[in-house]
Amino acid sequence: MKNEEVRMTTKDIIKPENLVYQKPEIMNDVPMHYCPGCSHGVVHKLVAEVIEEMGMQDKTVGIAPVGCAVFAYNYLDIDWEEAAHGRAPALATAVKRLRPDRLVFTYQGDGDLAAIGTAETVHACNRGESIAIIFINNGIYGMTGGQMAPTTLEGMKTATCPYGRDVKLNGYPLKITNILKELEGTRYITRQSVHTAAAVRKAKKAIRKAFENSMEDKGTSVVEIVSTCASGWKLDPVQANEWMEKNMFPAYPLGDLKNVE
Amino acid sequence: MAKVRGAVVVNNERCKGCELCVAACPSDVLAMSKHVNAKGYNYAYMANEEACTGCANCAVVCPDGCITVYRTKVNG
Repeated sequence: MKNEEVRMTTKDIIKPENLVYQKPEIMNDVPMHYCPGCSHGVVHKLVAEVIEEMGMQDKTVGIAPVGCAVFAYNYLDIDWEEAAHGRAPALATAVKRLRPDRLVFTYQGDGDLAAIGTAETVHACNRGESIAIIFINNGIYGMTGGQMAPTTLEGMKTATCPYGRDVKLNGYPLKITNILKELEGTRYITRQSVHTAAAVRKAKKAIRKAFENSMEDKGTSVVEIVSTCASGWKLDPVQANEWMEKNMFPAYPLGDLKNVE
Repeated sequence: MAKVRGAVVVNNERCKGCELCVAACPSDVLAMSKHVNAKGYNYAYMANEEACTGCANCAVVCPDGCITVYRTKVNG
């Protein structure tokens, strides 16, 4: 019936029974302040989708960081606490210990988790708190204007190392998830990305596993998302994804670092 | 043989014109509009409606959740 196919217009396809994908309901209609193409939006969406699929909207407490994601509480319709800079794992520890029935996760950037919050992160993981840590690693301080972070790559140019990061002066890029995997309290450590549709689907599975570990009291799970910062890197979003594949992935290879069954 | 046809609806006002959906589309369906929304961004639209298979790759990579995807089977 070739004619039928030709007659079928876009209007005929757009019907509720044909719906295959839409923005999760937990994600508000509030416009997000992130720059165009920012990985934060994709990860917010994944967190919302996983909570929705687990039916945990009323039983989730997110811990927002300081950094670009500081306003995460405006975008996802769940309970939130806003932590002081870097202290999200400490706050999550308190919430999870007081309310073990809640799904508790922190959402942190690399400046929050790997710089000022290193102590809190390492000790929360070492204690094996049953929290999930979502770690957005884009190798730069995005919110404050693109300064060097501990995770900045060797030779990478930022506002505070305009000639590129010199390891003699600034040290080496901090691979903090590699450190966390050595701690006995951690259960699941993985490094994912959200640059392609396939990668996004894999990252969603990783977040789901981390959240399930939190609910089953199995210890700390860390999902590192190697991300882009198109504004900080001074590239357009599509170029930023290409740059990340070429430069970030060799330093931060994707895959599971630790998965204790 | 049954053919799969899809369609997407872009929330024009929410779109920030990052073009990640255009890069993610395997069928070259999407393009950026010449028009801008209230924020001044060029938004994505279906330039090649016939080619859409409703794979939802564009919606999955959209950082702002602007894209809703529909898919149906057509007997051809």
